[in-house]
Amino acid sequence: MSHDQTTDQGQRRQRAGRLSRRSFVGYVMGGTGLVVAADLALGAAPAQAAGLPIPSVPQVPELYDLNDFLTHCTLPTSGLIAIHVDEQGDAHFALPRMEVGQGITTSTAMIIAEELDLPVERVHVTLAPARKELLFNQLTGGSNTTISTYTPIRVAAAVARKALLDAAAIELGALVTTLRVKGGVIFDLLGNSLSYGDAAALAAPATTQRVEVELKTLSEHKVVGTPQRRLDARDAVTGRKKFAMDLTDADVPGALPTMVCRAPDLNGTPVAIRNRAAVEAMPGVTHVAIIPTGVAVRARTFGQCIDAVRALDVEWKGGTVAGKSSADILTELRAAQLPLAVPKLGATTVEGDFVFHFRSGSALEPNCAIADVRDGTATIWGGLKSPIDAQSKVAKALGLPQAKVSVNVVQGGGSFGRKLFSDAAIEAAHASKAFGAPVKLMWHRADEPRQGRVHPMATSRVRATVLLGSVISFEQRHTSVSTDFTHGLGERLTAEVAALPTGLANLGFSETIFLLSQELPYNFGVVTQLLNESNRDFDRFNTSSVRNIYSPDVRTANELIVDQLAARLKLDPVAFRLKYLKSGIVKNVLRKAAELGEWGKQMPAGTAQGIAIHKEYKGATAVVVEIDCRPETVGRKVRDAVTGPRVTRATMVVDCGLVINPLGVQAQMMGGFSDGLAQALSYGNHLVDGHFLEASWDNSAYTRQWNTPFDFHCEVLDSDREEPGGIGEAGVAASMAAVACAYARATGTMPTEFPINFRAPLHFEPKPFVPPVPASPTNGLDFVS
Amino acid sequence: MPKHTFQLNGETVTVDVEDDVRILWVLRDVLGVTGPKYGCGINVCKACTSHINGKAFNPCAVPVGAIGPDDEITTIEGLADTVPGDGLHPMQDAWLDHDVAQCGYCQPGQIMAAVALVDRVRAENRAITEDDLDSIRNVCRCGTYPRIREAIRAGAERM
Repeated sequence: MSHDQTTDQGQRRQRAGRLSRRSFVGYVMGGTGLVVAADLALGAAPAQAAGLPIPSVPQVPELYDLNDFLTHCTLPTSGLIAIHVDEQGDAHFALPRMEVGQGITTSTAMIIAEELDLPVERVHVTLAPARKELLFNQLTGGSNTTISTYTPIRVAAAVARKALLDAAAIELGALVTTLRVKGGVIFDLLGNSLSYGDAAALAAPATTQRVEVELKTLSEHKVVGTPQRRLDARDAVTGRKKFAMDLTDADVPGALPTMVCRAPDLNGTPVAIRNRAAVEAMPGVTHVAIIPTGVAVRARTFGQCIDAVRALDVEWKGGTVAGKSSADILTELRAAQLPLAVPKLGATTVEGDFVFHFRSGSALEPNCAIADVRDGTATIWGGLKSPIDAQSKVAKALGLPQAKVSVNVVQGGGSFGRKLFSDAAIEAAHASKAFGAPVKLMWHRADEPRQGRVHPMATSRVRATVLLGSVISFEQRHTSVSTDFTHGLGERLTAEVAALPTGLANLGFSETIFLLSQELPYNFGVVTQLLNESNRDFDRFNTSSVRNIYSPDVRTANELIVDQLAARLKLDPVAFRLKYLKSGIVKNVLRKAAELGEWGKQMPAGTAQGIAIHKEYKGATAVVVEIDCRPETVGRKVRDAVTGPRVTRATMVVDCGLVINPLGVQAQMMGGFSDGLAQALSYGNHLVDGHFLEASWDNSAYTRQWNTPFDFHCEVLDSDREEPGGIGEAGVAASMAAVACAYARATGTMPTEFPINFRAPLHFEPKPFVPPVPASPTNGLDFVS
Repeated sequence: MPKHTFQLNGETVTVDVEDDVRILWVLRDVLGVTGPKYGCGINVCKACTSHINGKAFNPCAVPVGAIGPDDEITTIEGLADTVPGDGLHPMQDAWLDHDVAQCGYCQPGQIMAAVALVDRVRAENRAITEDDLDSIRNVCRCGTYPRIREAIRAGAERM
C-alpha cells in the first residue's frame, strides 16, 4: 500500500511551461550580453493528491508533504531566474536562496555545469539580494532548495547552451545537430571551434526570445551524481571567505562595531539609561541609544562595545516569563495535552511520556547584520534566509516604504533554522537610525542561548496497543511551546497572516507544518499523530523551526516505543521494523544500515547498539550507533567538558532521491548526526526564574570532539527516483532516535527526558545576568599550546 | 593613544589602540585581518585560534598591551607562508582533500589548532592519539568533527 514517490514518476507531471515529457520553455533575454532565463516555478512538481490510488490508511505526508507544500507555494511566482554567460564563457547565477553551509552553491554550480557542458569551476554562483517579485520563492528552509530549483535552473542552463550552439552554428557554418561541446568550447565535425565566450558575444538577441529546450537524461549526466568538493572550500581554509562581519570599511564605509546590552530577564525591555554620559565617554565609544530590544552601543572595536555593554546601568522592564522555570512550562504543557483516544488496556498497552527541553538554535556565527540607514533609505547586509521578509520588517521598523530598503544576502556561518528570522537586521536598522550612522551589529555569544531563538520545549505522549501478536493502534500527542513561523514563507503577506495578534493563525500554520511533515511509516493499524501548541506562549519565548523542526523529538518518541513493541512481541528491533514498515525505501536503508553497522554483533555489558529510521524530505534515513555507557567512560574527564555516554561508532544510510553531490550529502548527514547526538545526550537550555542559564559554548553542551564517534560512516544509496530530495535536515531525526534507543538498550532503562543529562547537577556556574555579557579574559597567554 | 608594534604574518605592524583591547579586535576591527572569527570572546569556542611564536593561542583573551615588538602572530592568512613553496600548508591541503568545511566559520581556527596539536605531539616524539583529538576544544556547529579527525591525521603525515 505504500506510496513512496518511488513509483509512477513522470506520469503525473503536467504543469505550466511543460510541453512534453522533457521539453521546457525558457527565454533568451534581449539586450547586450548573453542572459538566459527560466521561470522559477518551472518543474515545481508537488505531488497531486487527486487521482492517486488511495492507500488504505494513508497519513498526509505520504501523499502530500511539507516539501510539496513549499513547492506549491512557489508556483504563483512570475519572477524569472537568469544565468549570464560572460565574454570569457563563464556562467554566472544569483541563486535566490541562502548558503549557510549546506552546500547549495556547489550543488547548484554542478547542476548548471551539467546542463551547460561547462567545467564546474567556471560556474559562479552568488546569492541574490531580496527580490520582492519572487513572492514566496525566496525562502531557504525545509530542505527545499534543490527540490524546488532543480528543474528551473536546468532549464535556464539548457537555454544558454542552445543559444550558444545556435550562434556557433551560424559562425561556423555548421548544422547545430552536428556540433559538440567540450569544456566550454564548441566543435564542428571538421575540428573548427568557437569558445563559449566568443559564442556568447554573438548569441545575444535584440529582443527577448521564447525558446523550447529539452533537458539531459540521467544517463547523459557526467557531473551530477559525482563527488564534488565545495567550491568555496579554498576560501574557507585560507580565511578569505567573507561573512557579514568580515565586510570591512572598504565594503561599507563607516559601519562601526555595534552591540546591544540586553535585559537580565528573557525579553525584558529597556526603560532608561542611568549612566549614558559616562558610557559615551569610554574609549572608542561613539554612540549609545535605546532600541526596542535593549541599549545599543557603537564603538571603534567590538571589544570596546563589550566593555561599554558591561558598564551600562539600565533600568529594565520585566521579561515575558518572569519568575518561570522549566518545571512550570512542563506543567503547562502537560495540562494542554490532548487526550489519547484508545483506552489503556492493561498488558496490551505500551506507553511512553517524553519531555524535550528547550535548546538553543545558535549557529557559531552569532546573529549579526550591517545596516546603513540614511536619507529615507536603508541598506542591509546579512545572512538572511527570508530576505523579502527582512526587507518588509526593516521597512516597518523604520517607517519606510519597502522599496526604499535594499537587502543584500551574505553567506552565513551556519543557520539551523536560526537565520529564517531577521532579528539582527531589524536591530541593526533601529540602531543605525538612532545613531544616524552605519552599524555593524553583532550579538555577544552570551546573548545567543539566553535571548536568542530556541527549539521549543515539548512533550510527546505515545500509546500503542498490541493484540494477538500485532500492533493495532499507535497514538501520539505532541504538545509544544509554540513554534514561531512568523517569517511565514518569506513573503510579507503570509508573514503578516502568521503574526495575527491572537496567535491563532500561527497555530494553524504550525499544525499545517506538523501535519505535512510527520509520518509514522509503520503499519500499526489506527495511527494518529496530533500537535497541540498552546498559543498562550506565542509571545513569551523566542522560538524558531530549528533544523528538522518537530521530527527529531517526534521520531525519538516513536522509535523508543517501537523498540518496546519489538520487545513485547519478542522480535529483534530490525526484524520488527522490517515486518511493520510500509515503505520500500525505508526498508532498503534499514537493511543496508543493519548490514554496514553490523547489527546484532556481540557487545560488552554497559554498551549497546541502537537503530532508528526516518522518512521525510522525499527520502529516508537509517542510523545504527554503538554507545558506551560504562562508568569509566561516562565519568571520563576532559577539562570543562560534558563527557557522559560516548557514541563510539555511527553508521548512516540515506536514500535522498537523485543525488547531486554525494560528498555534500555525506557532509549534511554528518552534521545532522552531530545535532541528533547532542540533542539526545547533552544539549539543552535550563529556564530558571525567568531566564535561561546557559551563556557560552561550555554551558550549552553541543557535540564537541570528546563526544564524536571514533568511527563515522555514511552510505548514500543509488536511488531509483529522478528528482532530488532534501538533505539539509534529513540526518537529524533518526540520529537522535538511534542514540536514544542505544542508550535504552545499554542501560536497560528507556530515557524519557531529553537531553538525557538535563537533571544532572549543572556542570557550570551560571554567569551573571547583570551585566549581561562576560568580560573577555586577559590570561590567554597562560594557555598557549 | 598608545602605539603597539608586533609581527603579523611575517610583517611588522604598528597600531594606535588602547592597551586593553584584545588582539582579536586589533586584528579584525583595526587591521582588517578577518580570518580569525569571533565565536564567544571568552576563550571557549576557539574560533579565533591563531599562533603566537608558533603555538596556538586565542587572541580574544589577550590584550594587545601584553605582547611586544618581537612577538610573532600568525593567523590563517599567514599559515601557508610558514612552510616552503607557493602552495598551501599541508594541513590546509588535507582540509581540502577531506572536504571538511561546511559553513566554514570555525575552520580557520580548527586548522590553526590542528597544526599546533601536530607540532606539539611531534615535539613529544609520538603519534596522535584519539585522546589528543578529543582534547581539541574548537566548536563546529555544522558538526564536521569526524572529517576534522580524518584531515588532522592526513595532514600530520604530510607535515
